[in-house]
Amino acid sequence: MTQQNRLANGGLIDRKRQLTFTYNGKRYTGYEGDTLASALLANGVDIVNRSFKYSRPRGVVAAGAEEPNALVQLGATESTQVPNVRATQQALYEGLVAKSTNGWPNVQRDLMGMVGKMGGSFMPPGFYYKTFMAPASMWMTYEKYIRKGAGLGRSPTENDPDTYDHLHQHCDVLVIGAGPSGLMAALSAGRRGVRVILCDEQEEMGGSLLDSRELINSQPATRWVSDTLDELNQLDNVTVLSRTTAHGYHDHNFVTLHERRTEHIWDRATPANGRPQVRSRLHRVRAKRVILATGTHERPLVYANNDVPGNMIAGAISSYIRRYGVVPGNSLVLSTNNDHAYRTALNWHEAGRKVVAIVDARPSPKGTLVDQARALDIRIISGSAVIEGKGTNRVSGACVAAIDPAAFKVTGKVEELECDTIASSGGYSPVVHLSSHTGTRPQWNSEIPAFVPGEVKGMTPVGSVTGVFDLKTAFDTALSAIDHALEEAGDTSSSKVTEAPQVDAIQEGPCCALYQVPHTKTTLRAPKQFVDFQNDVTASAIEIATREGFESIEHVKRYTALGFGTDQGKLGNINGMAIAARILNRSIPEVGTTVFRPNYTPVTFGAIAGRHCRDLFDPERYTALHQWHVEHGAEFEDVGQWKRPWYFPKTVNGKKETLDEAVARECLAVREKIGILDASTLGKIDIQGPDAREFLNRVYTNKWAKLAPGRVRYGLMCKDDGMLMDDGTTSCLAENHFLMTTTTGGAAGVLEWLEVWHQTEWPELDVYFTSVTDHWATMTVTGPDARKLMEEVTTDVDLDRESFKFMDWKEGTVAGVPARIFRISFTGELAYEINIQANYAMKVWLELFDKGEKYGLTPYGTETMHVLRAEKGLIIAGQDTDGSVTPEDLGLQWAVGYDKPFEWIGKRALTRPDTSRKDRKQFVGLKPKDANVVLEEGAQIVLDPNQSIPMAMVGHVTSSYYSAHLKRGIALAVVKGGHERMGETVYLPMADGKVHEAEIVSPVFLDPKWERQNV
Amino acid sequence: MKRYSGFGLVKHAMSHHENWERQWRNPTPKKQYDVIIVGGGGHGLATAYYLAKVHGITNVAVIEKGWLGGGNTARNTTIVRSNYLWDEAAALFEHSMKLWEGLSQDLNYNVMFSQRGVLNLGHTLQDMRDIQRRVNANRLNGIDGEVLDAKGVQDIVPILDCSKNARYPVMGASWQPRAGVARHDAVAWGYARAADSMGVDLLQNTEVTGFKIRDGRVHGVHTNRGDIEAKTVGCVAAGNSGVLAKMAGFKLPLESHPLQALVSEPLKPILDTVVMSNHVHGYVSQSDKGDLVIGAGIDGYVGYGQRGSYTTIEHTLQAIVEMFPIFSRVRMNRQWGGIVDTCPDASPIISATPVKGMFFNCGWGTGGFKAIPGSGHVFAATLAKNEAHPIAAPFSIDRFNSGALVDEHGAAGVAH
Repeated sequence: MTQQNRLANGGLIDRKRQLTFTYNGKRYTGYEGDTLASALLANGVDIVNRSFKYSRPRGVVAAGAEEPNALVQLGATESTQVPNVRATQQALYEGLVAKSTNGWPNVQRDLMGMVGKMGGSFMPPGFYYKTFMAPASMWMTYEKYIRKGAGLGRSPTENDPDTYDHLHQHCDVLVIGAGPSGLMAALSAGRRGVRVILCDEQEEMGGSLLDSRELINSQPATRWVSDTLDELNQLDNVTVLSRTTAHGYHDHNFVTLHERRTEHIWDRATPANGRPQVRSRLHRVRAKRVILATGTHERPLVYANNDVPGNMIAGAISSYIRRYGVVPGNSLVLSTNNDHAYRTALNWHEAGRKVVAIVDARPSPKGTLVDQARALDIRIISGSAVIEGKGTNRVSGACVAAIDPAAFKVTGKVEELECDTIASSGGYSPVVHLSSHTGTRPQWNSEIPAFVPGEVKGMTPVGSVTGVFDLKTAFDTALSAIDHALEEAGDTSSSKVTEAPQVDAIQEGPCCALYQVPHTKTTLRAPKQFVDFQNDVTASAIEIATREGFESIEHVKRYTALGFGTDQGKLGNINGMAIAARILNRSIPEVGTTVFRPNYTPVTFGAIAGRHCRDLFDPERYTALHQWHVEHGAEFEDVGQWKRPWYFPKTVNGKKETLDEAVARECLAVREKIGILDASTLGKIDIQGPDAREFLNRVYTNKWAKLAPGRVRYGLMCKDDGMLMDDGTTSCLAENHFLMTTTTGGAAGVLEWLEVWHQTEWPELDVYFTSVTDHWATMTVTGPDARKLMEEVTTDVDLDRESFKFMDWKEGTVAGVPARIFRISFTGELAYEINIQANYAMKVWLELFDKGEKYGLTPYGTETMHVLRAEKGLIIAGQDTDGSVTPEDLGLQWAVGYDKPFEWIGKRALTRPDTSRKDRKQFVGLKPKDANVVLEEGAQIVLDPNQSIPMAMVGHVTSSYYSAHLKRGIALAVVKGGHERMGETVYLPMADGKVHEAEIVSPVFLDPKWERQNV
Repeated sequence: MKRYSGFGLVKHAMSHHENWERQWRNPTPKKQYDVIIVGGGGHGLATAYYLAKVHGITNVAVIEKGWLGGGNTARNTTIVRSNYLWDEAAALFEHSMKLWEGLSQDLNYNVMFSQRGVLNLGHTLQDMRDIQRRVNANRLNGIDGEVLDAKGVQDIVPILDCSKNARYPVMGASWQPRAGVARHDAVAWGYARAADSMGVDLLQNTEVTGFKIRDGRVHGVHTNRGDIEAKTVGCVAAGNSGVLAKMAGFKLPLESHPLQALVSEPLKPILDTVVMSNHVHGYVSQSDKGDLVIGAGIDGYVGYGQRGSYTTIEHTLQAIVEMFPIFSRVRMNRQWGGIVDTCPDASPIISATPVKGMFFNCGWGTGGFKAIPGSGHVFAATLAKNEAHPIAAPFSIDRFNSGALVDEHGAAGVAH
């Protein structure tokens, strides 16, 4: 294909580097420096999409972030698909593959377009709220087809091959936007030595200067741009980030920048200098001062059929001509309400194409550019506007008429001009999006007329975003903003290092307010006048919405979908507000804006997620003995962040044990001989200070005043609502020194809990908490033979039953390594918990196995631990409790010190009427009537299985196992008034229709006198 | 009120849509009403609707400081489900679910209630125990649901990463087929139009600045448009309940937190159900327009700004990409925030107050949208009869004194 719209000369493209790309299956060529949009226009591609609702043909309208139509599905392979990429922001690269997002069977001949044409009038705003209601059962079917018709691009169906980085940055000055004012500000700040970050979303920096007709220092503006960039790039204190969009502006000058590193090269990140690259980076910037130099977006005028391909905003046409050497048509009609847009006609004329007419809404336009146009004999039709475009797949003409904007009336005869392109300009809206993210409302400036940024602490708007559009002001505001910002920050160095360059001022007359152009017919009867192209929102839709009572601009937005697109209304919002204001007979500031929110332009999920997925989603924590577990075939369970051995299946005769088989074997080993558990994951908090004991007294329900050094006590911790939160043993290491243990999952939460109470409620207590979970490895040696093994590995600890009693702890050496040994038991058997400094743990563990082999030392995992403790009726906080269980519900009233002097956490709550009810759900054991039945954990308990639904449930099974030792199923449960119901039968109706029967028993199934742990 | 229908649409098209009538009036406040509802969101409008429809009380004003449905009704992720654990909560949300089924027809306004099912994923053994417990309880309470294993989940959502490679592999899920999503704005508008047609005055841009309280009884409200009298006042102003209570001279056990949500750009249909994970901590569905609608937990701090911290957005998308790695290249279009009033037990307050004639309906935390029909229905009954509707009774403020909490935190294990 030839590039029929490419000029022979001019533009910032590199004509020596021709690129080939594929669009909708067809091959085209473009040049290095093109965007996909400029390359498509160069090749004469008019229709780039079909619209969302009416399936109308659409072409490129803009040249940047505000483009609503030219969305493509980008990517050469399935895993590198990116939906909804704006062709105007996508740099062309060799081999680029893209498709238009809508259109069936293709974007040129689209069958849905027929539906849009015929059915369009039956689809007023909100039509779907008014229909598809009968019959009710059909909605899901209607919805299926609505969903099929909706949506833009498609998600990839394969995983993303690329990675994304996050960077944390701090700077004195963050300059957002590298147009004239942004560059000037960055240069001034950079020369003064402060830390500067300059970012710009475009492929090249320079902003409006890239297609400017102005001279700077008597040279083309692009020369000043490149000189300035050269200097900035040489300054060590300045970071220049091109292809980097400031997409979110958060509180306290926290700004997120999305830097696209590779999207201009290929559809996936390719290695650079032989090293892998990330596809994009997210800079999380804290800036002392934000310089907002985001410029403006031009507003299109709203006239009939303004969406036919060939209708474009004026400034975009200038960009395509001057930056890319592309003229997107042959004959132009320009409809404008301001001088600035005359540049488009001048550029078009200079490109050697025909300017049919400039249609100016102002009765008597005056100014330098107007004079230039007149001098070229370009026809200027004043006091008029294009009221309607002609054509279907491409503009074929423009209907022009005299209008009275204030009275919203066509006042003259309609003249039809032949043309293939209509440029329109309704003025310039400052890009207030970022400043609005912070919660500040934009302010109406009636001179331009548009909104300018509201005030944000630490932010200075400069250049055209302030509503003053001339180049000289851009430079001046930038310089004074930096001077002011640095003075405020205490920088008194010479402020006159940088002076504004010389520019020849262009005199521009004032613009007139014009948004929707009146038509000879009423808005509701005229051909469609589009306000929001992407969502097919028309002026008539806004009028209907307001007639129906949707008067708040938020209601208008939500009822019509105005501004809901991926462009978030960059082109359409102000026009939409103006139309609503006109119909409601209010001023635009009275109608107000909707709220701009991040992102300024869309950012991939991957970039926001960064590296924190897959392996790094959440840290995996391993104990010091993990490698041994892996080598011994352990299956693992996720408990909190920890990987804990769940069970250790053995392979017997080539067959791997099941969970049940392994657990039965492990349980019997502990009950009959000896087992060992890696209990390192239990939380350990070292508590020190003169008030440590007092603190324990306040956070635990039980008493700590008399716990002597060398002794251990079980403690219960309640929330302030009196419900059990965590439990564990705490040992007195010395008078002012304790070691608290917590559940594995609760460790971090408990430490935080202690800190919250200490820091906010009891700061007067002199106490300190340190997490030592990782410092110590914990090995539980338990079973009837535990003492025998311990005797073989210790020489300096008296293990005698009387001198090392249950709930004592001692220091000594185990396998030659200093250790703390705790005689506590979670199995009901004789048990020693050995704490070893983690680095030495493996040696001790291996020696225990070395010496323990002859006793049949068996490693066991969490599942066996659960069964063993359940046989003894010992709770697991978080499994047998759920935040609604008090210590008394658990039958642990012996561990509640109501007579303690201080009002400990939860005490008041425990004295409330509901917490002393007799029919609370209480912790019990359940014996299934059929010994072979293992009840389902979570099964609900009823007293009468024959009642109808909804059934009165009296409790549920919290834990349930097959006990190999007892040769039956056992369960723990909570049952209403359960403590008084021993021996009663309850029923468990299951999903499969079975109803299990069980007897309420004591939760202690084994050794009710607790003799085994005291041998 | 002229009823909407497909036929009517054709008729209006013939007349160029010039004859649509207003969906609600813009009335001047009267001096006096039987009942004033403070707060014109979904809950407030539903309350007004049921007051008029069920109880015949039509001399009602809904006072809204901004625009109808402009608070959390406009900001939520539209998930509707009733698979709550505790009997009290299950009764309330199932009551609501039954009203959702048929709401479009009842209101003659298509709220697009799409019963596409909700999955609550389990990633740990304890998650699965909690899921079994909740589904068993739901079944015996007459609420649909089943427990799925990882394969069952994969069959419903083929694009979900159910592999063992995930940091927290999917072990299973609870599945409530009747659950789904709805078009949030339409719910407010549908209730507004229906309530208005029965005579309820919807007063927008009207801000309550104080209450007229004498001898411990409410007599009306002060507003920026003058005083309005009523002997019964129902406050349904999520995000600002604490502020209103302060005006009335008492405190509520509430904290107001930012809650954020976000959407992707519109995509062709890719996800046909709602997927929620409490453990990995994110949830997602796809709107009829094609956006992936995504949310997670509240921001930890308290505040009244309708925006939150960026780290929450990052964590949320990390969870989504972890669950759906194929979404890594999908792009986030927009994020926003609302203010949620949270109670210590994660259940709402529907209650009389220390001021006679004044009632509060608040504290819905992160999950109020799904409750709108049920909440409005029982609150209307409570206001009409001056005594708690049986379903509302367990949600009295008194429970924070008695200790009879309905703690859905630990139990239901699902954040939304």
